Amino acid sequence: MANLTINGKTFTIDVEPDTPLLWAIRENVGFTGTKYGCGIAQCGACTVHVDGVAMRSCGVTVSEATGKQITTIEGLAAEGTLNKVQQAWIDHDVPQCGYCQSGMIMAVTALLKDNPKPTDQDINDAITNICRCGTFQQVREAIHAIANA
Amino acid sequence: MNKHVLPQLNRRAFVIGAASVGAGLAIGLDLPFGGPSVVRAADGSPEVNAWVVIRPDDTVVIRIARSEIGQGTLTGLAQLVAEELECNWSKVQTEFPTPGQNVARKRVWGDYSTGGSRGIRTSQDYVRKGGAIARVMLLQAAANEWKVPVAECAASNSVITHTASGRTTTYGKVAEAAAKLQPPADVKLKDPKDWRLIGKSVKRLDTADKTTGSVIYSIDLKLPGMLNAAIKDCPVTGGKVKSYDEAKIAGMKGVKKVVKVGDSAVAVVADTWWHAKTALDALPIVWDEGENAKVSSATIAKWLAEGLESGPAYVGNQSGDVNGALAGSAKKVEAVYSYPYQNHAAMEPLNATALYTPDKCEVWCGTQNGEAALAAVLEGSGLPADKCDVHKHLVGGGFGRRGQTDYVRQAVDIAKQMPGTPVKLLWSREEDMTHGRYHPITQCKMTAGFDAGNNLTALHMRISGQSILFSLRPEALVNGKDPATFAGLNANGEAAIGYSIPNILIEHSMRNPHIIPGFWRGVNVNHNAIYLECFIDELAHAAGQDPLAFRRKLMAQHPKHLAVLNAVSEKIGWDTPPPQGVFRGLAQFASYGTYVAGVAEISVVDGNKIKVHRMVAAIDPGYAVNPAQIERQTAGSFVYGLSALVYGGCTVKDGRIEQTNFDTYNSMRIAEMPKVETIVMPSGGFWGGVGEPTISVGAPAVLNAYFAATGKRLRSVPLRDQNISFA
Repeated sequence: MANLTINGKTFTIDVEPDTPLLWAIRENVGFTGTKYGCGIAQCGACTVHVDGVAMRSCGVTVSEATGKQITTIEGLAAEGTLNKVQQAWIDHDVPQCGYCQSGMIMAVTALLKDNPKPTDQDINDAITNICRCGTFQQVREAIHAIANA
Repeated sequence: MNKHVLPQLNRRAFVIGAASVGAGLAIGLDLPFGGPSVVRAADGSPEVNAWVVIRPDDTVVIRIARSEIGQGTLTGLAQLVAEELECNWSKVQTEFPTPGQNVARKRVWGDYSTGGSRGIRTSQDYVRKGGAIARVMLLQAAANEWKVPVAECAASNSVITHTASGRTTTYGKVAEAAAKLQPPADVKLKDPKDWRLIGKSVKRLDTADKTTGSVIYSIDLKLPGMLNAAIKDCPVTGGKVKSYDEAKIAGMKGVKKVVKVGDSAVAVVADTWWHAKTALDALPIVWDEGENAKVSSATIAKWLAEGLESGPAYVGNQSGDVNGALAGSAKKVEAVYSYPYQNHAAMEPLNATALYTPDKCEVWCGTQNGEAALAAVLEGSGLPADKCDVHKHLVGGGFGRRGQTDYVRQAVDIAKQMPGTPVKLLWSREEDMTHGRYHPITQCKMTAGFDAGNNLTALHMRISGQSILFSLRPEALVNGKDPATFAGLNANGEAAIGYSIPNILIEHSMRNPHIIPGFWRGVNVNHNAIYLECFIDELAHAAGQDPLAFRRKLMAQHPKHLAVLNAVSEKIGWDTPPPQGVFRGLAQFASYGTYVAGVAEISVVDGNKIKVHRMVAAIDPGYAVNPAQIERQTAGSFVYGLSALVYGGCTVKDGRIEQTNFDTYNSMRIAEMPKVETIVMPSGGFWGGVGEPTISVGAPAVLNAYFAATGKRLRSVPLRDQNISFA
């Protein structure tokens, strides 16, 4: 058994401590917005916040995440109001297939928390998620729009 | 609010015919547009016709037959229907009718196949007609209620007005009566000049849920009592399972069952996928790899190279006397190029959930071809069409891979061994990378001749390599030849070469290694465009001419090809020098009924790192339904195509694909993405595709710019094999 605190709520789940956080979130807790893309921390589709830091949840175990504050894509919209990244994603029609966008939005939300006005270089350094549809141009445009709002 | 909902049709409303369905689902297209007996959606709202359901609150639900894989077809198709329907766009929703419903209703929604950039161009006529017929019926219902001639009524924004009296009603109020009317036999579609929604960059209808994690892709599906399966297919295609030692994993947590899938795969079924995958990794499996285990990239390359020189070849485009012209030429230029296997690597790994009972078999999946998926369910389950169905989800990337149904069949084969239990089969990324339907591998030898006046007089292209149709659709071969291999090189048609060369011979020597090929975004144009457009660039330099001027001289008879080329050249300022240290390359190509051109501006850093600063593309798809989405498809196609150019390439060792994940099959990141400017320039009068055509020009434009920068020709892909990467 393990206790995970996700989006402000604690979940007690029957799971082995070495289970990747990604799969505990998806299968044991049941939040499916966090996506499986590679399982080796390459693509970023599974990005969540662990104590406010963007991390690839496929590379974090349940035991490592225990006692930490975990935020998933489902936890971004406070009381139903989209956060500014989510809203900008709608305003700029960012997603194509959308599958990588949970992770992308989590990564961008973390970036903007630390660096509200990132330069192009800051974006290049911080956002390393794979998007096979190639939405990067809209991702960059939306980030700058938030920064300049 | 626009929203895409999962379909909830009331099956009882349909007469489920005992339709016998073959592998090709070859039932003629029938388009009944409504009629006296009202068909109702699950919430009781009437169908005005198969394409349009209207609720009392004026919500319009538009049925979408094709699959949404990120390309925006859902929104574009809805625009086509709504244009003719004259409905309130802000109250439009969409849903996917199931393939089973399509069969039961004599294919009222036509073809479900979503590939070949055909979603809009091959259905635009009948979906617009669907919207127009619904509008006529709604108008008639209002006129009947008011007892006035329908000619005195007009519809706009879901409101019907009797122009003489000023009375108004709404679609929601008259939909019930409209649904009972006999549909008109024919309707006149709007003149394109009167379009208000087609051609407008409206926002996509499927975005909001993609920002909150609430889209249920098929990987996210949960069903009561559902189990999860992880699978390993023989690493060597054509091999088989010899044995596996189930006892070794018998006590592992969550494991419910180990099943053989077909004769080549083993799956572990467990309570969670993580348990299934962990147990599968621990399961000893002995494979009978067969003869194919002797194949390597080197043996394939050697076999293809032989095809460049000898053996039978199919002629795709021929005029004049190439051999004679080459023999008599004042100067000859020759080059050999190659293009490797590529994996689709859609972000959502392949998956499907199946529930089998002796009476019924249902599958939930992302698919690019709902009807082919249904056919796989029929074949796997052995049940007739009226006892099977496929529930289509929004798809986490397709790029052609999900037009195939191997993963659907596997899910059914597993579920059939556990009747009554829904089982979700999910491929690991490693399984997805190593069991693809790969972009075909080819080589190409090109020889060109100039006369004494430095005019290009002859071009011989001999392509050697794999045919997709040979493996996946042998019935589509023509006398054993694969006409699709000449995409973009044909004498005429929707994928014609844009140059007039007096003596031309383009042929294909078919050689099919055991690696299964597939339709990979752009398909045969990826290599054909590199071959032709890089070689044309070589010829321009051999002739001492500017690459743009050289092309223009050959393009007088190809005004649409030329128009897009001129557009990118003008926008980039071809006649003025690029910034210091920046070099340009051009390409143009036509495919899927659409004309495209591209120009790249790059720098080469440290001798082997390419920085792509900017790309300008022009696209003429005839009609542009949603220009903003066309821009996104263009930029996205460059990310996909340039990732493949630089980082891609799947190699074969001991008969198996060597690349297993994104660490060995990398993909371009935001830092490497150039600024892409797209000129959408629809010239009207034809309907071309959008999802694929632009991918053709990205790679050759960059390769030609690399030559401009370095004086070196790169003639094989991927560039990482030549120690070249993105800066």
